[in-house]
Amino acid sequence: MKRDIENHVTGLSKYVDDFPKLDGTLYAYVLSSEKAHAKIINIDFSEVLKSEGVVDLISSSSISGINQIGGIIKDETLFAENEVEFIGEPIALILAKDKELAKQASKKIRINYEELPIITNPREAFEKGLLIKPPQTFSFGDVNNEWQNCDIIIEGRVESGGQEHLYLETQASYAVPTENGVKIYSSTQSPTVVQRAISQVLNIPMHQIEVDVLRLGGAFGGKEDQATAWAVMTALAAFNTKTPVKLVLSRLDDTKMTGKRHPYSSDYKMGLTKNGKILAYEVTFFQNAGAFADLSPAVLERTLFHATNSYYIPNVKATGISCKTNLPPNTAFRGFGGPQGMFVIESAIHKASKVLGINADHIQRINLIDDDKYYYYGQIVKNSQAVNSWTKAEMKFNYSSIKEDVIRFNNENDRYKQGTAVMPISFGISFTSSFLNQASALVHIYYDGSVGISTAAVEMGQGVNEKMIDICSKIFSINRSRIKVETTNTTRVANSSATAASSGTDLNGNAVLVACRDILERLKFVASKKLKVDPALVSIVAECINVKNSQSELMWDDLIHLAYFSRTNLSSQAFYSTPDIYFDREKNIGNPFAYHVYGTAVIKVTVDCLLGRYEIDSVKIVHDFGKSLNPLIDLGQVEGGLAQGIGWMTLEELVQSESGKLLSNTLSTYKIPDIYSVPKEVVVEYLDDSENRFGPFNSKAVGEPPLMYGIGVYFALLNAIKSFNPDVELFYNAPMTPEKVLLALYS
Amino acid sequence: MTYKINFILNDEEKTSTLPLGNNLLDYIRDVIKITGTKEGCREGDCGACTVLLGELIDDEVHYKSINSCLYPIGKIDGKHVVTIEGLNLNSLSPIQESYVSENASQCGFCTPGFIVSTTGFLLENVNYELSEIKDSIAGNICRCTGYISILRALENIKRIDQRVKDSARLESLIDSGYIPSYFLTIVDRLKKLPDSNYEINKNSVKIVGGGTDLYVQSEDDLKGTDPFLVFNNPAEHIWIDDNYVFVDGCTTFEEFANSNIIQTLIPSFNKFNKLIASLPIRNSATLAGNIVNASPIGDLTIVLLALDAILLLEKDNLFRELPLKKFFLDYKNIDKSEFELVKAIKFSTLDNESFFNFEKVSKRTNLDIASVNSAIKIEVIDENINACCLSFGGIAPIPKYMNETVHFLTNQKLNIEIIKETIKIIDEEISPISDVRGSAEYKRLLAKQMFKTHIVELFPNKFSVDQLK
Repeated sequence: MKRDIENHVTGLSKYVDDFPKLDGTLYAYVLSSEKAHAKIINIDFSEVLKSEGVVDLISSSSISGINQIGGIIKDETLFAENEVEFIGEPIALILAKDKELAKQASKKIRINYEELPIITNPREAFEKGLLIKPPQTFSFGDVNNEWQNCDIIIEGRVESGGQEHLYLETQASYAVPTENGVKIYSSTQSPTVVQRAISQVLNIPMHQIEVDVLRLGGAFGGKEDQATAWAVMTALAAFNTKTPVKLVLSRLDDTKMTGKRHPYSSDYKMGLTKNGKILAYEVTFFQNAGAFADLSPAVLERTLFHATNSYYIPNVKATGISCKTNLPPNTAFRGFGGPQGMFVIESAIHKASKVLGINADHIQRINLIDDDKYYYYGQIVKNSQAVNSWTKAEMKFNYSSIKEDVIRFNNENDRYKQGTAVMPISFGISFTSSFLNQASALVHIYYDGSVGISTAAVEMGQGVNEKMIDICSKIFSINRSRIKVETTNTTRVANSSATAASSGTDLNGNAVLVACRDILERLKFVASKKLKVDPALVSIVAECINVKNSQSELMWDDLIHLAYFSRTNLSSQAFYSTPDIYFDREKNIGNPFAYHVYGTAVIKVTVDCLLGRYEIDSVKIVHDFGKSLNPLIDLGQVEGGLAQGIGWMTLEELVQSESGKLLSNTLSTYKIPDIYSVPKEVVVEYLDDSENRFGPFNSKAVGEPPLMYGIGVYFALLNAIKSFNPDVELFYNAPMTPEKVLLALYS
Repeated sequence: MTYKINFILNDEEKTSTLPLGNNLLDYIRDVIKITGTKEGCREGDCGACTVLLGELIDDEVHYKSINSCLYPIGKIDGKHVVTIEGLNLNSLSPIQESYVSENASQCGFCTPGFIVSTTGFLLENVNYELSEIKDSIAGNICRCTGYISILRALENIKRIDQRVKDSARLESLIDSGYIPSYFLTIVDRLKKLPDSNYEINKNSVKIVGGGTDLYVQSEDDLKGTDPFLVFNNPAEHIWIDDNYVFVDGCTTFEEFANSNIIQTLIPSFNKFNKLIASLPIRNSATLAGNIVNASPIGDLTIVLLALDAILLLEKDNLFRELPLKKFFLDYKNIDKSEFELVKAIKFSTLDNESFFNFEKVSKRTNLDIASVNSAIKIEVIDENINACCLSFGGIAPIPKYMNETVHFLTNQKLNIEIIKETIKIIDEEISPISDVRGSAEYKRLLAKQMFKTHIVELFPNKFSVDQLK
């Protein structure tokens, strides 16, 4: 079995747009709103239908079920009917003989709009009462009573921008009609969500809908909920026309039509002792949700969960307000609201450090959370690595000498100034909607000894397939090359949760573990009969069947043959659900996370004070992997997450016009990190003394947490600016673009 | 009319009768139906569609990387196009192996482009410098890895690559398993390609030089048509005559930067070159294209303005000369008639007393469109500014030659008072507007800072940053 990555480097790996097309395949193009908020007075499709090569047009009137794809809240139509609420909101789907003709036809649409007021700012939406759901408040201790005990109280506002996912493979779906239903090849993180939405819109049972996912060309949360619309559209079109239908969004349409990381505007109040101990923290988050709920309520809740990052604060009150605006529905993006929450408290600490005249790293360090304390939503802290990772980072990277070097550098240079910052992270692992923490796996051993694994996990570059193979090969003690991970398919694994929340390996890996152990027990029984020993004495070591510690004559292949001929079940379906997690949404307390991932990053940057541009010299990280299941893949997750976090904090800037049009809508105007803009040095140390009973083989989830190390870059840049311009007014408004840097240097 | 063109795609001779303006990416994916070449952005900004283009020059085939999404198929006539499929062997090449062993590919979508760019570098470069190979893949965007594992993979290739001999490079690369052996047959096969009935369509008003901006802005207008494709003469791009440097209008950015004449004249140009665009873009984009595109922030145009370049325009074999600084009339409005071509550009050679500098600041430092860019040529003898040319981009509707500022600076003393005075004049002469690349306030400050940067860069012993604060 060739590894995925071997197919990647030879260009053989297929993505939806690469699948061979069946005869007669129609190409779809999405007609979408040109207005950010308007009533549709009338639509004239006649010229579109007459256009060369056009076969059909699908719109709300083509729907036999309900015109609804909303997940958490049923507020999102598949095709707009009477009103449009953002530029790029789908109105209809053109089907034509080739993609070019479909696109050409789209220019012939005539729509009369009556324009309505446009709101893009969350605070303005809040003032007008435009909310996705009622505000939610988490509270711990008594902030109101505590302010009087604080030596200082600081207040401020923090802004963080949105972020385009920029998965390299755009949204794509290919739907093929079956006898009574439809099969969909979709680039989605959530096959079951797609299946349910199609069932609802087409009004056919879920068993008539097969969703198959081979792999995604990147997702980062952008295909958790937002892949659904395109899959449903093609399914509807294929079902109605009885013809295969393919839809691949152009980059321009993708950036226009899909939601992004939520921009947040937040107000905070923090009370501390003069020594820097944080006594009370109050924060209100205004989340810019866009036009529809999508995953916004869940994202906002995670912001609340991570409002205090790695710190223990005895009195906290945090309120989240999800505000409805005329932008594409914002959605999941690696970190899922956590980064937005953490940026606010780190900003508050930074501000406090300047007011108190003590170092920010001192305030950070003395407030780190430790075992037997509580996270402010009521979860008791166990196995905390916050202090451990911090002290290891200080020691291993010789943090005090980095700081001294920077002071010396800044004294000696007038054009370039350096800055440092430390960024600790604590990130909770589990879907915060507890019911989602379930997964199942189907494992087959074939007659030739090869193994096939099906799970709910979708491979999108995070290496979950390799980790499933890691787990299976460890349990059976067989060569990795014997094991194949199948496509993610709703007929093999039903009722699956999205591959999201960093939980793919934990949930699905544990299910694979159970399934493999189940078969292993049967195999041991077969071997024990043949070898005439107690099954408890049998083990498999490197494909040899051992009794106690000595090799028997049986090898893996022999054992599988024996099992087959003795009519032993060589397949297993297993289920896993995370134990001991719950959250009471009435009281907003509970034990929502199986565990937390910790780590500490030390960051150094250099600013060119003539031109305002900057380089990130180094990011040195101590990260808590648990016992890493696959150190190379885990390293890649840390490095890649860091780069995305840095991008969010520095150069990725979504610029909208007043009419709600995205101006930075292409790769030439929306810049993500290139090979020159990532840190010149990245060091990742594995924290090797962390245990975790919830992860397969004591491993920990790794996908999202490292993104948040990037937050520290903001403060390192701010510190460098301050050493050039001591009078600069501190500002907390990410991203820190070269524009903001230059204006601050000379303010 | 229908043209027929002949070329080699990977290991196979091909003929195409498609309109010449159709793009190469669609041909590869939709006509030939091989899918390793990916569409990521369709504007030359991600590199997922990178292919190699081999051209026969002096009995050797030379390969360069291009973005197939911006490349008209008319331009591949008589050439060798190599996609990822054309690089695959029975086992992984050392380059592919190196990416695998460092896990330098996650979702895999960008990976074929990286492999093609990396292989393209080794095909053309004898000396392996990490900074150079980094430059050759800098146009490839990866959203998953953060590039750190890719850099480790490149380091590993560097070690493996020591085995490859400098002489007979193609043979060595084949022997070491970097590329398939059919590469050795390409020279003869290109020579034997049947004649194409291809001729330049001089009747089309759609004139395509490199096409790197035209295909981004108006692909729909070019697709399905036979535009006027402008080719250059690979033998002679740049020459010196009577103290003037002459540059063929169709010279690509990369040919310009690599020419001995430019490297001798402006040794720092190589540094600027990397800020300007990715290698595949530099391999396609032409100087004339950059000029007639009339973008207010065209990097090469800003450079040429500061060199006080003169355009040689031609129409129906009638030539005229026009100083570049007079070419730009208003936003995207130029002094050029419909079928007129920028045949060549000329500028004076720099003498020993002349100093040249280019600066560019964009949101992303490298491979981004400038917020503001600027170039200066300044001749200083005994503290006297004898002559000066200064240009700015991004602060006016046109690429701006700073007449007022130049007028003020000429014949002044080079001292701090004059520099400070000059900054005031710059402030009056520019008129930036707010857009996606920055606010007017920012661009105004940046332009002034950029002038200080020119001075600090060119006269480091005379001026300090503190002085200019």
